[in-house]
Amino acid sequence: MNAAVKWFWYSSPQTFYPLAGTIARWCAVAAALAAVAGLYVGFFVAPTDAQQGEVYRIIFIHVPAAWMSMFIYVVMAFWAALGLAFNTRLSGMMARALAPTGALFTFIALWTGSLWGKPTWGTYWVWDARLTSELILLFLYFGFMALQASIDDVRRADRAGALLAIVGVVNVPIIYYSVQWWNTLHQGASVSFTKAPSMAAAMFAGMILMALAFWLYSIAVALVRVRCLILERQ
Amino acid sequence: MSNHAFYLWGAYGVTFAALALEVFFLIRRVRKSEAKA
Repeated sequence: MNAAVKWFWYSSPQTFYPLAGTIARWCAVAAALAAVAGLYVGFFVAPTDAQQGEVYRIIFIHVPAAWMSMFIYVVMAFWAALGLAFNTRLSGMMARALAPTGALFTFIALWTGSLWGKPTWGTYWVWDARLTSELILLFLYFGFMALQASIDDVRRADRAGALLAIVGVVNVPIIYYSVQWWNTLHQGASVSFTKAPSMAAAMFAGMILMALAFWLYSIAVALVRVRCLILERQ
Repeated sequence: MSNHAFYLWGAYGVTFAALALEVFFLIRRVRKSEAKA
């Protein structure tokens, strides 16, 4: 069986169902291991920050959660667009399955950022570009889920949700570049693809391990949710 | 640590509680959908 045929073979919900179960199990185990390693490095290996003290350790969940909130939205919009273009049932289910986890990570990013902001900035919240655009992302996730839940015909609901997901994806680069485009209280990126990280190696390792854990967790829960959707739509 | 403990554990506590709740509701949904199928 060549690669193209395999691709179409697994685009059928019935054939994807057992594969999703296997991948979800492995990802769940790997996520737990990565989380244990990340928390160990974050709490016992990474040194105390000279300026912020122990409270800086919030970044080990705040930064990976913020990355996941944006990444999941882009993946969700990708699946939604695929479903809209090719009318494939599984694509709509994938987009629908990702939304609650994306919303959860957006909430976690906002919550942990707020708890980090109070001792370091002196306030839980400011209406700066980064925080406001991240809040808009949360509303986009809520809007996507509410829109789909309000339409009884699932294929029509998938199409309507897809349009909102595609339009809303414009918010992701706005979140990412907001700290460069506007004068924000939120600091610039500590990690980028083009520069070396501006933090100690142990801090960076803890953050990457937690990002990996959140990434694997998201795959696991999204695939389990897709399996539920396949069963519910049978 | 003591004067920042509320912020640190408030962040970690709510994060893991939220993730645990998602897993709990997902397991419940799996059981429900498998029972219906």
